[in-house]
Amino acid sequence: MAMTPATLDVAAIKKDFPILDVEVHGGRLVYLDSASSSQKPQHVLDVMNEVYETTYANVHRGVYAIAEEATARMEAARAKVARFIGAPAPRELIFGKNVTEMINLVAHSWGRRNLHEGDVVLLTMMEHHANIVPWLMLREERGIELRWLDFDDDYQLDLSDLEQKLDGVKLVGLSAMSNVLGTLNPVRQIADAAHASGALVLVDAAQYVPHNATNVMELGVDFFGFTGHKLLGPTGVGCLWARAELLEAMPPFLGGGEMITDVRIDGFEPTELPWKFEAGTPPIAEIIGLGAAVDYLEHLGMDRVREHERELTAYALRTLTERHGDGIVIQGPKDPGDRGGVISFSYRGIHPHDVSQVLDERGICVRASHHCAKPLMRRLGVGATCRASIYVYNDAADIDALSDALAYTGEFFLGNTER
Amino acid sequence: MPGLEDLYREIILDHYRNPRNRGELAAPPAQRVEGYNPLCGDEIVVYLLVSDGEVNDVKITGQGCSISQSSASMMSAAVKGKTVDEARALIRAFKGMMSIHESRLEGEGDDAADQLLEEVKLGDLEALQGVVKFPVRIKCATLSWNTLAQGLDQAASA
Ligand SMILES: Cc1ncc(COP(=O)(O)O)c(C=O)c1O
Repeated sequence: MAMTPATLDVAAIKKDFPILDVEVHGGRLVYLDSASSSQKPQHVLDVMNEVYETTYANVHRGVYAIAEEATARMEAARAKVARFIGAPAPRELIFGKNVTEMINLVAHSWGRRNLHEGDVVLLTMMEHHANIVPWLMLREERGIELRWLDFDDDYQLDLSDLEQKLDGVKLVGLSAMSNVLGTLNPVRQIADAAHASGALVLVDAAQYVPHNATNVMELGVDFFGFTGHKLLGPTGVGCLWARAELLEAMPPFLGGGEMITDVRIDGFEPTELPWKFEAGTPPIAEIIGLGAAVDYLEHLGMDRVREHERELTAYALRTLTERHGDGIVIQGPKDPGDRGGVISFSYRGIHPHDVSQVLDERGICVRASHHCAKPLMRRLGVGATCRASIYVYNDAADIDALSDALAYTGEFFLGNTER
Repeated sequence: MPGLEDLYREIILDHYRNPRNRGELAAPPAQRVEGYNPLCGDEIVVYLLVSDGEVNDVKITGQGCSISQSSASMMSAAVKGKTVDEARALIRAFKGMMSIHESRLEGEGDDAADQLLEEVKLGDLEALQGVVKFPVRIKCATLSWNTLAQGLDQAASA
């Protein structure tokens, strides 16, 4: 691909990711599983090391120099991540351990205060278990009703009866981008409709924030969760943004140190935002590392990241269907403009486990599973799929390697015919 | 590092492409047992006709990866016509080969499992030995055997 101002210099980017130099089975590593977790650039690793080597101490406690420095750097990372998603104030950004915990926070804290028997939560048929099970738990506990938004033949949400579906709904929960289909959902349109009928909107943006320029104000949502490890950051950091009034009206989630102003033997006073929701010692170096990941992505430019992935997804869809014809069935929107770089597929009836096992021999990492979306798998009528997903460090050569290895897989299991 | 040929032996691919004892049996009189691997969505149904302490017939349906399907096919061929005791010994020996020594949990030494492995002729089944080098696939290989064990229990209490 020619370098234009709109595209990334992937050859240079690959050099920033030390793991891409690792040899697997005697060949190069072709990492196509970023939807599961992304790899980390040297910059992020260096920053975390530097924290441990020079300024590590617990935060919000010590009055000595390195503790103050660690606190300042962690809070600077919070401000950076908040700015990255267009959040008006850093205190509206809460850290937890992953997006799963953040959605549980909303279900537990906001949900238990505001949802009662018969209240409806509207979800989509393409949610990750992280945005299903907390609501099923609340259903068991509270008797709330769950309602589901289905999708059409092009894997786009069917919004034709959205207004009826919203009747009685207190909260709409949807992923901004499906981790299986790649579908980019019309968050703003759904948020407007939800607000018009008095519902709040929770967005699972785990697959969205890493790949798209994000502005929570423009998206017009109420709760917005994402996870640092898919964003070039380390594991152990989840993020939740919500408007301050909403968060202030919610009871704390986990209780313990950091989240109080006073504790007596007969009660406690929770502290102010965001620490009210951050009980216990946070992952300090990791939060600072996430800040470094945001720096790295901003340096690339999120518009260029999106454009690169749109082009590479288009290339992948074209290459795979031209080469493998009916042998490959891709579950996801056809137009690369409607989707991100997550490509779920079945190949010539060969079980996804077997496909990924043979791909592994060629150093190609794809995910073969139900992708933590079993209701979606049932809806698609499959037990599992293979999923290849791309990020800033992938290029056409990675897609070609996948395509060649698929042909080899077919030969291996079914004999010599290409189709 | 283990290679693909350790996992996908020719005989495994043969059972995958041409599964033996595929189909259903009327239940009852047969036992019908479902097995499920939540990790990868593999499903298996084992039909088992047991009378006078003997496995008279076995049929298999279901869907899944080559390892789970070929293991089920080999399992059906191995236990058909065997006594229930022989079938149980095969199950133990097979799981022993998969490094699952249940006897250890019950306080017996490793020797018992090793001896069993020697006594029971695993035949074709030994082709599945390579699976041990691919830990995530062990569950695929043992799915049909666990389902068979359940079926034998069910037949015993019927
Ligand atoms: C859409 C979506 N939601 C939630 C999650 C869960 O993320 P985590 O395991 O970091 O909580 C994932 C990824 O696994 C995801 O893709």
